[in-house]
Amino acid sequence: MNRHLISAADLSRDDAVLILDTSDELARLADRPIKKLPTLRGRTVVNLFFEDSTRTRISFEAAAKRLSADVINFSAKGSSVAKGESLKDTALTLEAMGADAVIIRHGASGAAHRLAGWVRGSVLNAGDGTHEHPTQALLDAFTIRRRLRGTGAAGARGAGLDGLRVTIVGDVLHSRVARSNVLLLSTLGAEVTLAAPPTLLPLAVGSWPCAVSYDLDSELSKSDVVMMLRVQQERMSAAYFPSVREYSRRYGLDAARMARLPGHAIVMHPGPMNRGVEIAAEVADSVRSTIVEQVANGVTTRMAVLYLLLGGTEFPATGEAR
Amino acid sequence: MHALHPARNQAAGVDGAAGGGPARPDPPDPKTAVPKTVLEPAEIGRALTRIAHEILERTDGAADVLLLGIPTRGVPLSRRLAERIERVEGRPVPHGSLDITMYRDDLRLRPARALGRTEVPPEGIDGAVVVIVDDVLYSGRTVRAALDALNDLGRPRAVQLAVLIDRGHRELPVRPDYVGKNLPTSKQEVVRVLLTEVDSQDAVIIGRAATTEQRSGT
Repeated sequence: MNRHLISAADLSRDDAVLILDTSDELARLADRPIKKLPTLRGRTVVNLFFEDSTRTRISFEAAAKRLSADVINFSAKGSSVAKGESLKDTALTLEAMGADAVIIRHGASGAAHRLAGWVRGSVLNAGDGTHEHPTQALLDAFTIRRRLRGTGAAGARGAGLDGLRVTIVGDVLHSRVARSNVLLLSTLGAEVTLAAPPTLLPLAVGSWPCAVSYDLDSELSKSDVVMMLRVQQERMSAAYFPSVREYSRRYGLDAARMARLPGHAIVMHPGPMNRGVEIAAEVADSVRSTIVEQVANGVTTRMAVLYLLLGGTEFPATGEAR
Repeated sequence: MHALHPARNQAAGVDGAAGGGPARPDPPDPKTAVPKTVLEPAEIGRALTRIAHEILERTDGAADVLLLGIPTRGVPLSRRLAERIERVEGRPVPHGSLDITMYRDDLRLRPARALGRTEVPPEGIDGAVVVIVDDVLYSGRTVRAALDALNDLGRPRAVQLAVLIDRGHRELPVRPDYVGKNLPTSKQEVVRVLLTEVDSQDAVIIGRAATTEQRSGT
């Protein structure tokens, strides 16, 4: 594994499978009286969040605390960033405080990559603009594997997602979740199709390892997984579709569309949901929906990532000892 | 202690060496050292049968006993012990596995490693007499980690330790309750336990860690 986790493309198939296998073992911690491991005692993890987030920040915080790391939460509001401090100066401050890992969410694509050049610790990308959100893709892959490939030593261990068809629906253009998922799920052997209106697909989508469709209905019957994306109105500076109602009718997942899915198929959503826009309430609350599971799996998967990045030696990869 | 076994050993070479001449009692010259089989399958079986009987004697017929093997090779050993105890007592003995990776004291000396499995019966370990089972007892650090791991799972009434091989060189105040064979070794030597379930053969092999590229560190 790399020292940082900036992009889902940083992960080889072996890395990704190792993370999923590690998550599988860590998931068993939830059944124990003491849901804590001493592994990262004395390590400091900084949550550096420039954008609002509830689940991702809390998820990373819970994951780090369950591994006994010290967690420092930093949100841009009420910090020196509000006084105009640059990302680099903030990074150097964290560096001086001895952060072993920095988890960064930032509105600018590439912020995590820049930060990785300034700090000695590991950098984990928790979402940078419309670029990537690799731990979300990992928790999605983990959720898919658990639901469709089973848990435990017999079934899933060492397995990828070969042969599974995943349809990612909606606002791909503004979605870091979609990009990370396309990269990771295809690395793991799944066949990914993006279903979206042409206006909500990025220009370079032709170079992504996936198929593209403008027609959700034609994809439903052959999907093992349907992943609905949030319509990110806060990032939309222009009109990408005529009306929310029309979007919902063509690309929203309602009960009638869900009924056309194969019997085993699951419905995912990274949250937060716009109920009634991209996903109907009865779909979100159905047994096929993995939305609550995804949140629980997020903690487990992030524990696995933190353990694998911080649990071992301090990166001999650079050659010289510091 | 798994750390001190080389990752792979040439089993075919071991057999060839054993058939080539009588095993010498003294440690051979390092330059010509070849791995040597010190326990044959039948001897491993006898040692486990003896340990099973000792557990029965020491625990009043294995009352409340829970056998927990440390991955990788402690797990099949604990299963074999449970089978032997069941054969004598006529009732099943609970057994499981206890992964200690997250509790190791040398985690930061090597890259992060894959986790093994912890499998404890649903009743938990509270009040049980837990017998930790491992293949080789060496520094005692694995056992220390296992005690920490147990502590997070509950509060056993007592904890005991069964090992197939005790090779000495303790670095912590740890002693086994049940030993298959005491094997005096030098620190330069490597002890490998091979079990059918994992390695498709039963044997205990002693060799030198001369081939440095095979050493996985300490």
